[in-house]
Amino acid sequence: MSAFYEIANYWGVAILLLVGLHGMLARPNLMRKLMAMNIFQVAVILFYLSFAEKTGASTPVAPHGLLHPLAADFINPLPHALMLTAIVVGVGTTGVGLALLVSIYRRYETLEEPELLEKMRRENA
Amino acid sequence: MLLDAVPFQDTIGLAAQLIRRAMPAMVLIPLGAAMLSPILAARSPRAARFFGGGALLLNFFLSLLVSNLVWWQGPIHYHFGGWAPPIGIEYSVDAVGAMMAPLVAFFALLSFASASRLEKEWTPSHGGAFQALYLLLSAGLMGIVVTGDLFNLYVFLEISSLSTYALVAAGEDRAKVAAFRYLIIGSVAATFWVFGLGYLYALTGTLNMADMAERLPAVIGSRAAVAGLAFIVAGLAIKMALFPLHGWQPDAYTYAPPGAMPFISAIMAKVSAYALFRVLYDVFLKAGPAGEALELLGWVAALSILAGSVLALGQRDIRRMLAYSSVAQIGYVLLGFSIGNAFAVTGALLHMVNHAVMKSCCFAALGAFRAKTGRADVDGVAGLAKEMPWTAAAFTIAALGIIGIPPLCGFFSKYYLIRGAVQASAWPFVAVFGVSSVLGTVYFFRIIESLYLRSADQGAKREIAPLSVIAPALLLAGLVLALGVFSQDVVGNFVPIIVGAGGPS
Repeated sequence: MSAFYEIANYWGVAILLLVGLHGMLARPNLMRKLMAMNIFQVAVILFYLSFAEKTGASTPVAPHGLLHPLAADFINPLPHALMLTAIVVGVGTTGVGLALLVSIYRRYETLEEPELLEKMRRENA
Repeated sequence: MLLDAVPFQDTIGLAAQLIRRAMPAMVLIPLGAAMLSPILAARSPRAARFFGGGALLLNFFLSLLVSNLVWWQGPIHYHFGGWAPPIGIEYSVDAVGAMMAPLVAFFALLSFASASRLEKEWTPSHGGAFQALYLLLSAGLMGIVVTGDLFNLYVFLEISSLSTYALVAAGEDRAKVAAFRYLIIGSVAATFWVFGLGYLYALTGTLNMADMAERLPAVIGSRAAVAGLAFIVAGLAIKMALFPLHGWQPDAYTYAPPGAMPFISAIMAKVSAYALFRVLYDVFLKAGPAGEALELLGWVAALSILAGSVLALGQRDIRRMLAYSSVAQIGYVLLGFSIGNAFAVTGALLHMVNHAVMKSCCFAALGAFRAKTGRADVDGVAGLAKEMPWTAAAFTIAALGIIGIPPLCGFFSKYYLIRGAVQASAWPFVAVFGVSSVLGTVYFFRIIESLYLRSADQGAKREIAPLSVIAPALLLAGLVLALGVFSQDVVGNFVPIIVGAGGPS
């Protein structure tokens, strides 16, 4: 059982990845696709933060007066810093995606993919 | 010290030092210009155009200086904030990077002029946005080329992708839907990259390419290394639009604004191919899972070549046809990497340059046709050779180049690729190259026939195509010819250094 708890985070990563993929592939609504993409990105964030953990280590802030901090006593802060960047990138992507959805909706008045394709085909003909 | 008191040798040394220090400016110049140009455009769009063009021109000169220095003195490294690589982020330009950097800077500069002109309906505030996005795209692509840090590469990948989504969305109405699809698929690709990188980082504890190359051999047998590489390869294969992951590309190419197309079509896929080259050859040193990945990628590339060529046959819209042709041509580059001997890698690297020139010439000429007639399908260009003899000739030269007619440059890269495949006794791949050339002949000759042999519709809409739209097409056609005629010099002078440094034996 304890082995399961140790890798529970990674099960979470796998589930989030699959939920995201399913949403992007199978959902007809573009808004849902965008949300699924966000879930997909969150899986990666969870992945990085999980492997930064160490058993028995604390937050990487050296207390005042500690002269020789040991790396083993602190978790690795770099993955957190990397994911901060990834979160910013994710916000940027979502922003552009939402802006595109707004302009698609203004033009075609729907975000359902089958309806959208139908409208585009009719206009083309 | 007075300047004329400095001996000549020292002056050269000083210049070399200066160029080394200035190397990161290849990314910073377009990045800074992208921030400033909307502010400038609000006051005077014309000034913003000259400012953006000036920044790209400066960048092109700097990239030439840097690549000359690399060819002369070997790789250049720049450590940010003075932190040495495993801890700090570094930019490094090696021989292959020295080939890619001027290529990116050249195409950024070349299509900027005609792009600003074509997008003139984007009045002041919009014009500023277009230039800012365009400059951001140049900065992102240049960053991918020069960075020596794998996570940094992800950030640049996203900078270039996000600006491409916005640029594509600026086209016709349908472009917004195409851009949204591209955004979803492109984000999946970038997420795959970070995910795969996570495995490699957890294994080696480093993000620096050179440092990771040193640490990887110890853990190369691990399943995590295989998983990491698989995610990275899948992510880049989407970005390169390899078959069957090419779905986003034809729509994005078809509905994007014509001004941005020569740049996007020439450079986007090449830069991703270059990133893959660095991961497989420089980081994994072709060892362990990278060798297997290369073998598998060879078959994927062969499939991509055939499928892209066959799909291109059925298209009436020339933009869509060119997009499928790109799916096939990026397969050539990858197949060359996969075969992996000196001839094939020479051919692949040469084909990156050659195809960039040829495809962007096609799109530039098509942009000019479209500016005249407002159409971009095979029937729309009927009889245009009489009215636009020079542009039609430019398109024809580029098309013949892609088919691989000597003495145009496409012939020579195909020659090296096929010679590499023969040397490796990879007969199926030799056959693939042959079949694809035949198919290329078929789909390009439909357009050439329409241009020269059919007569124009009477009463079709005709406008005057501005010179700044036609000039890049002519210049590029000249390059297609020049790169072919002087191909021996290109291969003789540059490629041995690249192949020597790039690792293939």
